[in-house]
Amino acid sequence: MGKLTSTLWLVLIAFPQHVLANSQYNMRKGVTDISNNVYQLHMTIFIICCVIGVIVFAIMFWALIHHRKSKGAVPAQFHESTKVEILWTAIPFVILIAMAVPATKTLIAMEDASKADLTIKITGSQWKWHYEYMGEDVAFYSILSTPQDEIANLADKNPNYLLEVDKPLVLPINQKVRFLMTSDDVIHSWWVPDFAVKKDANPGFINETWTNINEEGIYRGQCAELCGKDHGFMPVVVEAKSEADFKVWLADAKQAKQKAALADAALLDKTLPKEELMTLGEQVYMASCAACHQPTGMGLPGVFPALKGSPIVLGDIKDHIDVVIHGRPGTAMQAFAKQLSIKQLAAVITYKRNAWGNDTGDVIQPSQIQAAIDAKVEAN
Amino acid sequence: MSSIVEQPNANEAHHAHHPAKGFKRWLYTTNHKDIGSLYLIFSLTMFLIGGGMAMVIRAELFQPGLQLVDPHFFNQMTTVHGLIMVFGAVMPAFTGLANWMIPLMIGAPDMALPRMNNWSFWILPFAFLILLASLFMPGGGPAFGWTFYAPLSTTYSNDNTAMFVFAVHIMGISSIMGAINVIVTIVNLRAPGMTWMKLPLFVWTWLITAFLLIAVMPVLAGAVTMVLTDKYFATSFFDAAGGGDPVMFQHIFWFFGHPEVYIMILPAFGIISTIVPTFSRKRLFGYASMVYATSSIALLSFIVWAHHMFTTGMPVAGELFFMYATMLISVPTGVKVFNWVATMWKGSITFEVPMLFSIAFIVLFTLGGFSGLMLAITPADFQYHDTYFVVAHFHYVLVTGAVFSIMAGAYYWLPKWTGNMFNITLAKWHFWLSLVSVNVLFFPMHFVGLAGMPRRIPDYALQFADFNAIISIGGFAFGLSQLLFVAVVIKCARGGDKVPAKVWEGAEGLEWEVDSPAPYHTFSTPPVIK
Amino acid sequence: MTHAPLLKRLVLICIGMFAFAFALVPLYDVFCDVTGLNGKPSLEQAERSTQIVQDREIGVSFTTHAQAGAPFVVKSKEYSVTVKPGAMREVMFSAKNSSDLDKVMQAVPSVSPGKAAKYLHKIACFCFDQQPLKAGEELEFKLLFYVDTALPSDIEELTLSYTVFDISEQLVASNN
Repeated sequence: MGKLTSTLWLVLIAFPQHVLANSQYNMRKGVTDISNNVYQLHMTIFIICCVIGVIVFAIMFWALIHHRKSKGAVPAQFHESTKVEILWTAIPFVILIAMAVPATKTLIAMEDASKADLTIKITGSQWKWHYEYMGEDVAFYSILSTPQDEIANLADKNPNYLLEVDKPLVLPINQKVRFLMTSDDVIHSWWVPDFAVKKDANPGFINETWTNINEEGIYRGQCAELCGKDHGFMPVVVEAKSEADFKVWLADAKQAKQKAALADAALLDKTLPKEELMTLGEQVYMASCAACHQPTGMGLPGVFPALKGSPIVLGDIKDHIDVVIHGRPGTAMQAFAKQLSIKQLAAVITYKRNAWGNDTGDVIQPSQIQAAIDAKVEAN
Repeated sequence: MSSIVEQPNANEAHHAHHPAKGFKRWLYTTNHKDIGSLYLIFSLTMFLIGGGMAMVIRAELFQPGLQLVDPHFFNQMTTVHGLIMVFGAVMPAFTGLANWMIPLMIGAPDMALPRMNNWSFWILPFAFLILLASLFMPGGGPAFGWTFYAPLSTTYSNDNTAMFVFAVHIMGISSIMGAINVIVTIVNLRAPGMTWMKLPLFVWTWLITAFLLIAVMPVLAGAVTMVLTDKYFATSFFDAAGGGDPVMFQHIFWFFGHPEVYIMILPAFGIISTIVPTFSRKRLFGYASMVYATSSIALLSFIVWAHHMFTTGMPVAGELFFMYATMLISVPTGVKVFNWVATMWKGSITFEVPMLFSIAFIVLFTLGGFSGLMLAITPADFQYHDTYFVVAHFHYVLVTGAVFSIMAGAYYWLPKWTGNMFNITLAKWHFWLSLVSVNVLFFPMHFVGLAGMPRRIPDYALQFADFNAIISIGGFAFGLSQLLFVAVVIKCARGGDKVPAKVWEGAEGLEWEVDSPAPYHTFSTPPVIK
Repeated sequence: MTHAPLLKRLVLICIGMFAFAFALVPLYDVFCDVTGLNGKPSLEQAERSTQIVQDREIGVSFTTHAQAGAPFVVKSKEYSVTVKPGAMREVMFSAKNSSDLDKVMQAVPSVSPGKAAKYLHKIACFCFDQQPLKAGEELEFKLLFYVDTALPSDIEELTLSYTVFDISEQLVASNN
């Protein structure tokens, strides 16, 4: 083998490590020890495959060039060799064992979620994630925040297009975080490439995995199991803060929950003006309803009902509120009382009853929403 | 390889009755050549329809944003594209080649069960009409991926799911009947003297494939029946509320699904093992180990299914077992690749179109095999699973693997079927355009997959945009190039330079002893093989 | 030459494999029961424990989820407890039907890590039976359990998750 060929081979091996990592072509190294291990494993297997491929194809192309009939080649007669067959069965077998050893080590480390500092329960549903900080009374939904206009090509796409949410999962660095995943409906999969964490969220069952993040930053991933229409529109965003910052955030989050409850209570004896409700309602509609019912309110015939001209939207207010806050079990219409505040619910119902020519003139107040939520509890 | 000693009635062109005329000939035929042609024409048609759906997919993915279709329709496209290509294009094409070539290769007058053969074919267009019709029903066709995981396919699908289930059942029955026919034919109808270790490799690979088919198609039937009853008859196979488990669906499906992908590649190995020796003018290297390797691959295919399920929450012991078993399959597969190369080594090689496709197969299928080995490594698979890296892998093994081998076989045997040489210039254009465009189409998928793009999404983040545009251009080019193939086939059927019985200089086998075009009835009296 | 014998055998194989697909269902359950591999703990009442391992402590935490809009609010009174293997422990749960219709609830347990599932023995659990809840009713349920003394040494904590389903309609449908 000449100097040129060996140099070329060295370049091939060295090249990927230094140039291709974290580029558009390759897996990223990520920000955890596990993700770095996985990256190394990936590159090792890849390089072994490249070397084997180069050798085998070089031999084949040599034959294609030098053993051509047009070059006067006369075919040899051999058609078997037990020795050679044994050799090229045994050598790959040995190479595989060499690959299996580091793979086994990394896998065993990845599947050990014990002794965690913090546990997050992740619930996937169509089409968003729900995060609950176990034992801390902080929980929220995390929904795609990319405006529908950008998706519909009516506005320029921002740099985090389709990879941004209203409320990211906030985690501390340098702490072992255990994730418990389940699903509210179909199978979803929670994936953050920078952590090398991917685990299916199965309905009725609980899975666990873990990570330990080394660097502060914002990390973006996506749902990784086909879950219906908006499978491509339920991203995962994790914001990793220093331990001190995380403690502050957690305390604020707990307080925010109490503040929100107080704010809701304060709204109960207010009468909000129609314009304010319509403006807020349109925002809420575009963010939470338009993906299925469409910005035009026309829905998708046979799949998602139109709201424009809908008998429910134009009919009894109590029934309309009931559908929105409790959803329709067995369909994709979710119970929005869990996701939206009473002000947002009042606003979006007001908006729907007055937009697209629906023009009922109805104005729904937060107190009506609260009454509807409470009413279910008291009736017997 | 076998040679004929006596061939008293190989041709029988004179006193055999002529086939019926018109539409009835094709509807009622029990002739293996007719049925083979029906399967091949059907497969080519389905390939174009499934390819059309791929064009819709690639058109939507050409740029970020939703431009052409809504996400629910996009999911129908990806689902039906997969179902059509697997059950409507690849499998019927291999069955068509089996029908045409197996009786000729073993010196049999026809398949063992000719009337069942007719049914096996004709229920296929019926099944696909049902499947395609569901796309036009309110609510649309199946949109849960060709893998139809529960509960997306049960509780959360629309009522047209019943049409999907019915269509899959019929496709399965067709495959099972075809497989039974192949086994009985090969076991019972070999010409005297054609012992097992003299069987052409295409016949061996189809025999093994047929056993895989009768083992796992019924399991698919079971899985799809369970989906039907969970959805319509209140069973709870996959519903935790009733004590069921959605992950169990995946076990049952992939127990079928993994052998299924070997069903789609073993006949390809047989075709390549036929063509490479012909154009190297040298016997296949290591015939016996090729048979053993194919058998090992088939056996191993039953114990690796859960490598499609590494992220479902499997215990470590299970993950390790399936990782090791999957890695093991690369040993016999490697043996086959080495044997093809050793066949070429010190041969006397020429580059007719079938050989061009075969060489491309060897390189590009191996590439797909390498990405398969990477996927087998469980910790790394957590980053690859459900991304475009997987899409790249299976398209390499299925398109540049199975489909290229089918085209290689078609070019190899078209002159035998028609008596005409195809237009070589057009065929070479088809080859080179396909070769370049298929790589522009599928190679960058490795990159976007590694960079983090999930599969089955109609829209994507901006960092994936450039490669997606390139992929889409490759897709349009590849799709258009296949029209050349259609043109070559039609022209060849209509006329061309006449060819002798032995079309290719280095060709061996009973099929090259009969006239080109092969007479309607051949080997009514079996030849004796020495 | 008759093809009938071979044909018969091949058809039998097909039928056998179709039956095998359905046999996979109980086989899967048996496999999971014996190995606890999918985190599915037994739904049968366990025998009471006879001995306690004094020098080991296991953390057991609880979480609940109402599936797909089921109108139940289910909470454990304690988020997590510490038990010795073999020691019986009682944890109270409350379940409220927050709708204005009478409902029936089915709770399905799942354990993480999966391999701990077969070491969690429940003596009394509201997951054993279907639980009717009248509209607006809130009931208390007892979970009485212990962790097997043979729990592998590398497991120090486990989580028991209940997914609660509203099965009222399925019951009506099957009664009709």
